[in-house]
Amino acid sequence: MGLDIRLPIGAMFTVFGLLLVIYGAVSDKSIYQRSLGMNVNLEWGAALLIFGVVMLLLARRSASAAKADESEHDSNRGH
Amino acid sequence: MTLSAIDWIIMLVYFVFVLGIGFMLRRYMKTSTDFFLSGRSIPAWITGLAFLSANLGAQEVIGMAASGAKYGIATSHFYWVGAIPAMVFVGVFMMPFYYGSRARSVPEYLKLRFDEKTRGLNAISFATMTIFSSGISMYAMGLLLQTLLGWDFNFSVLVSAVIVLIYIFLGGLTSAIYNEVLQFFLIVLGFLPLVFLGLKDAGGWAGLQTRLGVVATQHGFGTGAWSNSWKYMGSAASNPMGVEWFGMVMGLGFVLSFGYWCTDFLVVQRAMAANSMSAARRTPLIAAVPKMFFPFLVILPGMIAIALTYQAGGSGFALPAKPDGSLNYDMVIPLMLGHYFPSGLLGVGLTALMASFMSGMAGNVTAFNTVWTYDIYQSYIKPGASDRHYLMMGRMATVFGIAVSVAAAYVATRFNNIMDMLQLVFAFVNAPLFATFLLGMFWKRATGHGAFLGLLSGMLAAAIHHATTLPAGAVAGVKGGWFGALHTYRSEMAQNFWMAIFAWTTCFVVTILVSLATRPREEKELAGLVYSLTERPTEEHLSWYQRPAILGAIVLLMTLALNIIFW
Repeated sequence: MGLDIRLPIGAMFTVFGLLLVIYGAVSDKSIYQRSLGMNVNLEWGAALLIFGVVMLLLARRSASAAKADESEHDSNRGH
Repeated sequence: MTLSAIDWIIMLVYFVFVLGIGFMLRRYMKTSTDFFLSGRSIPAWITGLAFLSANLGAQEVIGMAASGAKYGIATSHFYWVGAIPAMVFVGVFMMPFYYGSRARSVPEYLKLRFDEKTRGLNAISFATMTIFSSGISMYAMGLLLQTLLGWDFNFSVLVSAVIVLIYIFLGGLTSAIYNEVLQFFLIVLGFLPLVFLGLKDAGGWAGLQTRLGVVATQHGFGTGAWSNSWKYMGSAASNPMGVEWFGMVMGLGFVLSFGYWCTDFLVVQRAMAANSMSAARRTPLIAAVPKMFFPFLVILPGMIAIALTYQAGGSGFALPAKPDGSLNYDMVIPLMLGHYFPSGLLGVGLTALMASFMSGMAGNVTAFNTVWTYDIYQSYIKPGASDRHYLMMGRMATVFGIAVSVAAAYVATRFNNIMDMLQLVFAFVNAPLFATFLLGMFWKRATGHGAFLGLLSGMLAAAIHHATTLPAGAVAGVKGGWFGALHTYRSEMAQNFWMAIFAWTTCFVVTILVSLATRPREEKELAGLVYSLTERPTEEHLSWYQRPAILGAIVLLMTLALNIIFW
């Protein structure tokens, strides 16, 4: 139905990932004591960012494939 | 727990996306079929994840983590025995009738297969149940945010109600389904780091097992009682659940699980929105794959929490005690989020928790507006109106349903017992239902009178069983025994499982007896509704990985492997 769900999912996780990575880079390191010394914002933020971008790429690929199908269809009809 | 600006920003971003999906879908909602059934146009992977997520309410996340702490890994029976086999069954055997009959809801299938009164009974009890479940979900969320973050109860309830209202009002079932998929990823990706950090803190799986051994021996059980799923199920006395394997497999694995996954419109509606018969059949099978791994996401944190609480010398993490001295298991997930997550990731974790509350509510609301509009309003109040009118009614029912849920949430704040009573009544209603569907779909001789009387007597059997038994240590009342306790079970869970077994058996037997004494329907009227009178859907054109039977077998084998690994 109309909207490809991978677009909003991909976009949201890209935003989440970027926010966490930036915050992880600038935040005071002492807050990571509770996460056992790991900068989880930076590390998990990067993982979320990758997930988001992959979703966006998948959505884009299937959108361009659909477009290619359509134009092929149109040119066939033209003959 | 205090939040920083970054946590608030993350929460805000989530709400913007949730509402954005509703607004973007608005222009596609042209007919009532678009609104209630997503125009039957959604691919299987999306309906599959929504099928899973609609069930993944907060009661599940909070409740399963609590059970993980209380009963250990045996809680995974709710997944590996109490969900996966039923999900495979509904996909392989039952979906052809739901999807193929073109029924628009589960009660409507009952009308096609049996008669009006059976549909009416199911529609009205189901509609009431969804509203109250959604109210309970809202109440639980308001209470949690109040204790955790000090938010105002009214504020939490109203904000969540308004958000769910907007996105369903605009985009109907599609909006609910799309948001459920978004919530699915958010919950998985939000809780994974929690499991990782908790497990690391507890010394990995081996360290956790050792620590759980201490928990088990302190409770007077064998050392593996918290870390083995089957080994201690031989008798009710040897495991913390207080249930033996037979009551568990029959009560939970057969009656309750099949009753829920195969007949509850809340989940079945997701599969009905699929874009083809094979996609509808694959929906529960696709859902089963993440479902079987969910114990690692929701039960494991509970096990980690209890292990750390009992650790000698203290680990820095401990579950709080309730006023009566017992541990407050419900706080496992919220407290662990606060303990391990720094600002930033904490925002993601809390958003995931809120998402699970909202998906639970939204699932109930979409199921309610469909059953209300098609099975109650169109059937009994105003038949024969234009499609436009029913679309409008669906939107009104969404507003009305959410308003009543909010009211139910406030009732729960005043009379906690009323909610317990209602849940009990629902248990009576649900327990026999699967017998009706099983006979309806696989025995062409079953009649409408048989189904109706079978259901009623099944409910009555459940009520009588409840009235005459008690779980150990409880006093007569909501917990049972109001006619005197003839039998005492070791735990509430055992009482529940056996109540289901009694109700199911009564419904099954009464339906058969009454059916044999009443006039059967013409066979030609039952084509497409009963197994023996329906053509098998062809699978030849599908590749092997799209065939429901093959997928179902793979899912079952994987589940079997998990059971053996964690035996």
